[in-house]
Amino acid sequence: MAANNYKHALFCAIVTLIISFPILGLNLEAEGVKITVTGAETSTHIAILLAAVVVFVFQAFRDSFMGALGKLPKLNPLVNKKPMEQSKRVKLESWIMTGLVVLALFWPFFVSRGSVDLATLVLIYIMLALGLNVVVGLAGLLDLGYVAFYAVGAYTFALLSEYLGASFWVALPAGALLAALFGLVLGFPVLRLRGDYLAIVTLGFGEIIRILLNNWTNLTGGPNGIGGIPDPTLFGMEFGRRVKEEGNTSFHETFGIAYSGEHKVIFLYLIALVLAVITALVIRRFMRMPVGRAWEALREDEIAARSLGLSRTAVKLSAFTIGAFFAGFAGTVFASKQGFISPESFVFLESAIILAIVVLGGMGSQLGVILAAIAVTILPELAREFSEYRMLIFGAAMVLMMVWRPQGMLPMRRIHIKLKKQE
Amino acid sequence: MSMLVLEDVHTHYGKIEALHGVSVEVNRGEIVSLIGANGAGKTTLLMTVCGTPQATSGRIILQDRDITNMPTAQIMRSGLAIVPEGRRIFSGLTVEENLHMGGFFNTKAEIRETQAHVYELFPRLKERELQRAGTMSGGEQQMLAIGRALMSRPTMIILDEPSLGLAPLVIKQIFEIIGHLRDEGITVFLVEQNAHQALHLADRGYVLETGKIRLHDTGKNLLANPDVQNAYLGG
Repeated sequence: MAANNYKHALFCAIVTLIISFPILGLNLEAEGVKITVTGAETSTHIAILLAAVVVFVFQAFRDSFMGALGKLPKLNPLVNKKPMEQSKRVKLESWIMTGLVVLALFWPFFVSRGSVDLATLVLIYIMLALGLNVVVGLAGLLDLGYVAFYAVGAYTFALLSEYLGASFWVALPAGALLAALFGLVLGFPVLRLRGDYLAIVTLGFGEIIRILLNNWTNLTGGPNGIGGIPDPTLFGMEFGRRVKEEGNTSFHETFGIAYSGEHKVIFLYLIALVLAVITALVIRRFMRMPVGRAWEALREDEIAARSLGLSRTAVKLSAFTIGAFFAGFAGTVFASKQGFISPESFVFLESAIILAIVVLGGMGSQLGVILAAIAVTILPELAREFSEYRMLIFGAAMVLMMVWRPQGMLPMRRIHIKLKKQE
Repeated sequence: MSMLVLEDVHTHYGKIEALHGVSVEVNRGEIVSLIGANGAGKTTLLMTVCGTPQATSGRIILQDRDITNMPTAQIMRSGLAIVPEGRRIFSGLTVEENLHMGGFFNTKAEIRETQAHVYELFPRLKERELQRAGTMSGGEQQMLAIGRALMSRPTMIILDEPSLGLAPLVIKQIFEIIGHLRDEGITVFLVEQNAHQALHLADRGYVLETGKIRLHDTGKNLLANPDVQNAYLGG
């Protein structure tokens, strides 16, 4: 056993050398038209050797390391605590939620414009993650093309404003409804599929939408995107320095305050906040309605759910449609925030990140998903100092998270629904 | 007074025919057992009644309504309930929630009433009301599966191998309950490998062999039939 360990460790160390030496130990330098290979500095070579030694030691004593790691969660005081009673927990969760919202309401007035902008992005991701949570977390349908509905929402607003001069408030419901329609349309062909197959089909759908937007140059401007998307207005008051549209007034003049670019950012943030809260509340409501339990039943056992007379079509379509609806919501806000959109914003990586948020947060758990959305959006920003290593850190954080808590940050605790006793 | 009639039903999986013209009749208020070896098509027959897969030819009539081409969801809402093979309870949901899923299309008052009745039949489920269903023993899960099927207040219940993988004592309990269901006026269509007990309980029985009905008689006669004894009762 021990000899085997050392053999394995030696092998790992050699692999480390083989991988890292050509990448780090050799430099390519261009001299005129020729490229010459030169060795890197001695310090780099030492670092590579050290890395190999570290790998060797870790692999050789892996069992004891992992054993020590396995004991770590016990340091967490929450693990040994008995789970709270349901009524208490639900109350606590609603308090935390309310607290977060109240905090979020006043917060933008005390921080920089950049932070508010970032926070708006966080809220958009919260909306997206909550929506995807319905599809993946509750209904158990692995959707890898969720970003398509986000794109539909954003482009609906962009196109409506470009061709019809529609305002944010018209585009918001239109974008959400159109995205929901797309969800419904996608739902039909994928009804029979499950698991991996479903994932591939939705992945394809996401790409179709993006490529369509990219190539339909006449309508969407292709890769050039669409710009000049208007900001939202508050009862006909614009937030720009000058009023762009006739009949509107400007916000700072109406209230007789000095113009500030921050007003617009904060206003957009507040809109995103309100929409995110609406998203959370509506989905929370759905989860407690019979349709919510139908989603869960279908996820748990499709055959059993069907044997009870649930229609697979209706249940799956409802999940897809509702998920897509909120992605459309988020898309409209995103278009308004950016002022410019192009297909580049709706690549597969976005779908993957939204899915990562849902998984990291704990599938089905709303509070968990919200916290994960905050973490996943802010972490790369915080790690900006590490420049090129930030995605590495981000990736490592995800791996560690999944090793420690595969069920997510705050795994879903189901709320047992009891019928009220008849009086 | 027939509850369920299958007339010359053929079922295909792709190009392969699994049922070659099966005719079965279940009368109101009786227990009918269907026995047969592995791969005879017992489960296929039940699934065909439920509409997944649909019969390719022949007719299926449930309470004087032709359900041959109805979608599964609609069939399962017309007074028929099934306890699927392998129980298939919702393991992440609590016992009570499982039961509520069974009564999905009923009113709250009906659910309350039926739930109380199910707890009367299976006091064990009452004790485990708030427990996650997946953490219960096999026998308890089978009780839950039957209870869940009863929650839709069916006039007819189909059981697919309710004794599968259970201890003899638990099997006895389950069969007692099945007998009790008949006394309450529910028609029972029972599919079993456990031929002895199934025929003992049944008013009538059918023997299915490679997609065809081989024999059909009262339960008692089938038990006494030497062919059945050789093939299914271990001589």
